[in-house]
Formats: sequence, structure tokens, C-alpha cells
Amino acid sequence: MHIPDGFLDAKTAITSAVIAGGGVGVALSQVRRHLVRRKVPLLGLAAAFIFAAQMLNFPVMGGTSGHLIGGVLAAVLLGPSAAVIALTCVLVVQCFLFADGGVTALGANVLNMAVIHPVIGYGIYRLIRHRLTGQRGMIVAAAFASWCATVLAAMVCAGELAFSGTISWGLAFPAMTNVHLLIGLGEGLITALVITAIARVRPELVAESLQPTIARRSGEFVGLGLLVALGLVIFVAPFACPWPDGLEKVAERFGVKSVATMLPAPLADYQVPGLKSAVATTAIAGAIGTIMALGLALLLARILVPKQTDETRFS
Amino acid sequence: MKHDFLDRYSRRDSLIHRQSAGLKLTGALVVVLVTVIMPRTAWTFFGVTGLILVGLAGLSRLPALFLLRRMLTLEPVVLGVAILSLLQPGGGVIFAGILAKGTLCLFTMILLANTTPFAALLAVLRRLRCPAILVTTLALMYRYLFVLVEETERMNRARRSRTFRRQRWWEWKTLAGVIGQLFVRSTERAERIYSAMCARGWK
Repeated sequence: MHIPDGFLDAKTAITSAVIAGGGVGVALSQVRRHLVRRKVPLLGLAAAFIFAAQMLNFPVMGGTSGHLIGGVLAAVLLGPSAAVIALTCVLVVQCFLFADGGVTALGANVLNMAVIHPVIGYGIYRLIRHRLTGQRGMIVAAAFASWCATVLAAMVCAGELAFSGTISWGLAFPAMTNVHLLIGLGEGLITALVITAIARVRPELVAESLQPTIARRSGEFVGLGLLVALGLVIFVAPFACPWPDGLEKVAERFGVKSVATMLPAPLADYQVPGLKSAVATTAIAGAIGTIMALGLALLLARILVPKQTDETRFS
Repeated sequence: MKHDFLDRYSRRDSLIHRQSAGLKLTGALVVVLVTVIMPRTAWTFFGVTGLILVGLAGLSRLPALFLLRRMLTLEPVVLGVAILSLLQPGGGVIFAGILAKGTLCLFTMILLANTTPFAALLAVLRRLRCPAILVTTLALMYRYLFVLVEETERMNRARRSRTFRRQRWWEWKTLAGVIGQLFVRSTERAERIYSAMCARGWK
């Protein structure tokens, strides 16, 4: 999902960098205020840990392999703000040291993988943990949250590419989303397995009610959540709902043509037959996929945790 | 450090290596920015920039084979996204344009990474008043990156020599165990580092 240089135009690069910068800023101020001093080295080590974990390849079908993104994993283990900072550092190092992901696209990459992925994932994780306790609840929450976060981050990535006029929405959205509907399953499975493995060795790292020092503060989450929503509204909403047409009509009525030209109307899509339906099909597949992913997460929890041991160690 | 594999040439000596990190960082950013802003059909500009970059690479006396290998490992990322653009109307021009841009920027960043030590880049960031937590995290991350990668490989080797079942599910479970163990060790190492930092008078 690393966008290289040259794929985003100036307005997309700047917009995404501003939102990502806001997200990192909120996370930094949260961490500065609430992180205990002895946890400062942990931030750096966690960033290095995610980098190393991303290098391990998991075998997927037919000789191909995938690897972890790790946003939700970091958010569950460290809290959302610390996860945002750790993942930002991972992306900065990947960009400047390994030339993986572009400099001008750094803002977009940080937004997708270091802000949206952990924050959305953490939100969903907490939401499910409210309803499902015990170790099974933890597995369901981690797996499903990772899946959702991965798919959403991919959708925003497609939105950024379409916004730049590099790849039209009708092409980018189905391609990115369909691939990540599957990649998300892998991400969910790895995240759930890793969290289970950590809980087995050091239960307090996962179960201490999610780091009372830095998480559990709703204010922190509201700030980050708003920024994520802003990113979604800017990069996905114009394509996903009929607003641009409506806005264009309004603009025409009032004779403000310039507004209409500023909006990224996906006109090019209409020229290619079948692409419009591809978007619709992908949206439906996404909706069905969400239900299926939740079902799979529940199944996974059932497989990993036998009934009698549940509810005894974590609740 | 065995795993000093990706920026091992950054501490060599040459005309380019001796320049200040701030200058090189600014230069690389300017080249990338201008390349990105240029229209997709500015072929003479792309050609001239490419020639200048190759000249700089020659001056930096980095092994050509190493640079080529780095380019070849990263080019598929650029190519993968670019190929999608071929499928839309008028995609040929867009494809060629973003391919040229992506490749030039990639080459610029590879040159920067391999002629400038990461610590020097961090010093520039610190001078630019980048938030201290971010710089500290980056510095610690860079310092322990290679340690953790080495540790991961050691654990992975141990895992492979002890597990003979080739079932996918089993492999995923043990690999997840490796990652989990890596996190546990990272937290323990972080504790030790904190004690060591305090013992050495960290503010």
C-alpha cells in the first residue's frame, strides 16, 4: 500500500499531508502529556518491532506470501496515540532509508497506514470488546478490527490515487478494495494469532485493560477519530456518494463554474463501459465481506479458544 | 553488524559523502518535488534529471551493481501501481509519465540514503525543531532495527529447525508465536534501555 513518488498531484499530497500532520500532532501531544517516562524507549523499540515483524512473510496460497501491516496490533498493544507515532516512524524510516514509499507521498502513506489503520482499527476493537469479553472477545475484536482497518485504508489509498487523476476511481477502487478484502483476512488472522501468543506468555501486556496510562481517554480518541473522518470524507466520499453531481448543479445554478472544476468528478468512468458496475459490485462485495469477516472472526475465536478455558483467564 | 545491509554504503568517503547532510537532504527534496510537479510529458526534463543523477551516482563512487539491485527490488512497486493506469482511456501517456517520475524519485532517494548516514539526517531534523519525541523514537528505532531483525531471523531459524510439519495453519501459528515473542523481548529490552539511559544521566 506504499504509494511511490509521482503518483499523487500537489493538491492530494498537500491535503493528505495536512491531515496526517494533524493526526501525528494530536498523537504527539497526547503522548507528551500521558506517556510515563519509562515508556519512551518502548516507542522506539515498538517501531523497530513493527518494522521487523513486517519483514516476516506468511505463506499464502500458491507460493505467494503476505506480511503484516501492524497498525491494529500496535494500537491494541500500545494505545492509539503511541501506535500512530510508532507507525509514522516506521514509514519515515522506510521512506528515507529504504526508499520504500515516496517523499511527496509520505503524508498520504502516513495518513493511510499510520493514522487511519490504527485509529479505525482501535475504535472497532474497543467497540467489540465492549460487547464481547474474555479471550474469545479479544480474538474476534482484533481479527475483525484488522480486517476493517485494512480495507478502509486501501479504500482511502484508492481515493487518493483517483483524486490525483492518476488512476480513475472506477479502476482504483475495485482493484484496491478487492485485493485488500483478501489481504485483510490475512492481516486479521495474523493480528489475532500474535495477540493470542502474547497473551499466553505475558497476559499483562494485553489484558491490563489496555494501558491505563495512555489509552482509555475518550478525548484522545475523539481528536484522532475526527481527523480520520475528515480523511475519509475528502478522499472517499466524493466518489462514493452522489454529492459531486449535486454540488455541480448548485454551482451551475449560481454560475460558479470554478467550484465544479475543482471537484474531482469521476467523469472518465462513464466512458468505460462496465466500470461503473464494477464499483457497485465492489461495494456490495465489501458489505457482504464485512459480515463474512465478522463470522470468520467468531469462528477463529471458537477454534483458538476451547469453551472451558474461556472466561477464566481474561475477563 | 551483519544486518547493516541497506545503508551500508552511507558511511563511505567520496565527494558526495563529504557534503553536509542538510544540503543533500534539501537537494534530494527539491529534485523530487520538481519532478513530481512537472507535467507528465516533460521528457527533456526527465532525461536531463536522469543524466544529472547518474553523474552524481558516479561521483559518489557507489558500486553500480548495488544501485541497480536496489532499483530492481523497488521498481516493481512503482510498476505495479503504474500498470493500473494503463487500463483507463489515455492511459499510455499517464503510464509512461508516472513511470518516469517514480523511477527518478526512487533513484534520488536511493542516492540520498546511501550517501548520508541516518544519524546525520536525524541531526538535521533536530535542528529543524522537529518534536523531540519523534526524533528520539526515530533514533532508537534506527539503533535497534538491526538488532531486532537479527533476533527475528535467529528465532525464525530456530523455529524452522524444530518444526517439521508443513501445514499452512501450523506455520502461521508458529510464525505468530515468533512475532509475539519478539514483542515481549522488545518490551523487556526497552525496560533495560530505560535503566541504562537513566544511569547515564538522561534528562
